[in-house]
Amino acid sequence: MFRLLSIEFHKLRYSKASKILISIYFGLLTSIALIAAVKIPFFGKTIHLAEQGIFNFPYIWHFNTYVAALLKFFLLLVIVSMMSNEYRNKTLKQNLIDGLSKKEFILSKFYTVFVFALISTLFVFTISLLLGLFYSDYNEFAIITSDLEYLFAFFIKLVGFFSFGLFLGILVKRSAFAIGAMVVWWIGEKIIWLIGLWFFRASNEAMEAASKITAWFPLEAMSNLIKEPGSRLGVVKTIANQMGDFTKSYAVEFKDIAIVSVWTLIFIYSAYAMLKKRDL
Amino acid sequence: MEKILSLKNLDKKFGHVHAVNNLSFDIEKGNVYGILGPNGSGKSTTLGVILNVVNKTAGEYSWFDGKFSTHEALKKVGAIIERPNFYPYMTATQNLKLICKIKGIATDKIDEKLKTVDLYERKDSKFSTYSLGMKQRLAIASALLNDPEILILDEPTNGLDPKGIHEIRLIIKEIAKHGTTILLASHLLDEVEKVCSHVIVIRKGSKLYAGRVDEMTASKGFFELKVATNETAFLTLLEKHPSISKVQLDHDTYIATLNQEMSATEINRYLFENGFTVSHLVKRKPSLEQQFLDLTSNN
Repeated sequence: MFRLLSIEFHKLRYSKASKILISIYFGLLTSIALIAAVKIPFFGKTIHLAEQGIFNFPYIWHFNTYVAALLKFFLLLVIVSMMSNEYRNKTLKQNLIDGLSKKEFILSKFYTVFVFALISTLFVFTISLLLGLFYSDYNEFAIITSDLEYLFAFFIKLVGFFSFGLFLGILVKRSAFAIGAMVVWWIGEKIIWLIGLWFFRASNEAMEAASKITAWFPLEAMSNLIKEPGSRLGVVKTIANQMGDFTKSYAVEFKDIAIVSVWTLIFIYSAYAMLKKRDL
Repeated sequence: MEKILSLKNLDKKFGHVHAVNNLSFDIEKGNVYGILGPNGSGKSTTLGVILNVVNKTAGEYSWFDGKFSTHEALKKVGAIIERPNFYPYMTATQNLKLICKIKGIATDKIDEKLKTVDLYERKDSKFSTYSLGMKQRLAIASALLNDPEILILDEPTNGLDPKGIHEIRLIIKEIAKHGTTILLASHLLDEVEKVCSHVIVIRKGSKLYAGRVDEMTASKGFFELKVATNETAFLTLLEKHPSISKVQLDHDTYIATLNQEMSATEINRYLFENGFTVSHLVKRKPSLEQQFLDLTSNN
């Protein structure tokens, strides 16, 4: 495993484009901390975001993993291009001739995805912990360590998302088309949701019914892993509660973790099966 | 003798195209093999199959008597197929280090091999800045990194200028001298004739011949003869001889093809005793090119 990782790391470390994208990604992750400095003018008063409880434990785990996950597209570019460049430069062929098996090739990419996700998770954990310790109103150990499943969900989400990228990279062999294919896939999931909406139009809970179907699809399941944290924030919640009944579950659900994990397996195995079948 | 590679009834179809058809041959240690065949005869496909990049349709092949799986065996092989493929953003040294990692070998031979192919001065330049000749030389260096049991070269001089071709040939000859087994695919016959001891001739994916270069055809050779006078009688006399199967006139030279062994002395005596003195007499074996054309057109 370390041999495969060191092979992949060697390929990445000399590539200028990859290095720049990776630096931007981790730079942006770090800049989540800058949210602490954001002050919004609001009816003559200024709202200091850091003081509105977004950095309170355990809410911070939810908020930061959600925001950090938005940045995953930078790493997606690296991952898709590390796959498609191997096709473009025909180095995939050369790797195989040099004695790498097709299975090892896919595994080296998957391990890299795994490590990227792991480092991102540790990174987000560290930053959130520091921010929390600095700004949080509650610093009891039991509170700090509650809701840590958001980090696990974040990790699973990244692994799943990047595996999808790997799969598309192998499928279409060109980075731009692979990203395009992902957008098309996303639109496809939304269209199915709309069809579901139309299908259940008689029911009072048409939206829920349609969402139940699309929850089985990869991108939807990934987005369900960490639900939007905005409406959970103290201020917003108060307003929402005044307007009406407000019950929503923000928890990380086992079902979503399972769906994304299964899709990850499907993506990686299909990438391998595709590569195995192909003549290069 | 130790078998390095063995193909048994190998078959590859691309849709309707039968690229490799029931191909069998063995590669033994220490020999230099040439795979000959016109363009599109299935040479590269065959090499692709044994190198794990093309899937076979049927048949078997095994490396080192089947002692290793294909990808393990390939770590002991050095191979260049078609164009050199490296990471354009890495230097020669970085590219070779990566190959060492893949093959699981130490990196201490990189400088030595770069010197062998005369790229040592440019070892820290990016691959993308290399000329085609330099790229091909780097490919040879990469194939030599593990001191391979067998070196496989597919059209190594394709697309190079005369100087580049010459350099690559010198390198190949040098390697062959050290006893490395070589498998060289080419459609350039003089290339094969100059370095190979054995040939495998394929056409349309089928094997036409496999064996030593000098035993390629059953030909006993031929005589080139010139005579000053009475050419019609000379022709009849030659045709009457039981060892001569046919006589052709090429400009003013008679080509007498033999069907059994006969020395130059014997034919000289025969002609002299019948009243002819020749002005030119040479015994020749057909060139590889002639043999190759005979083989591929007869079948």
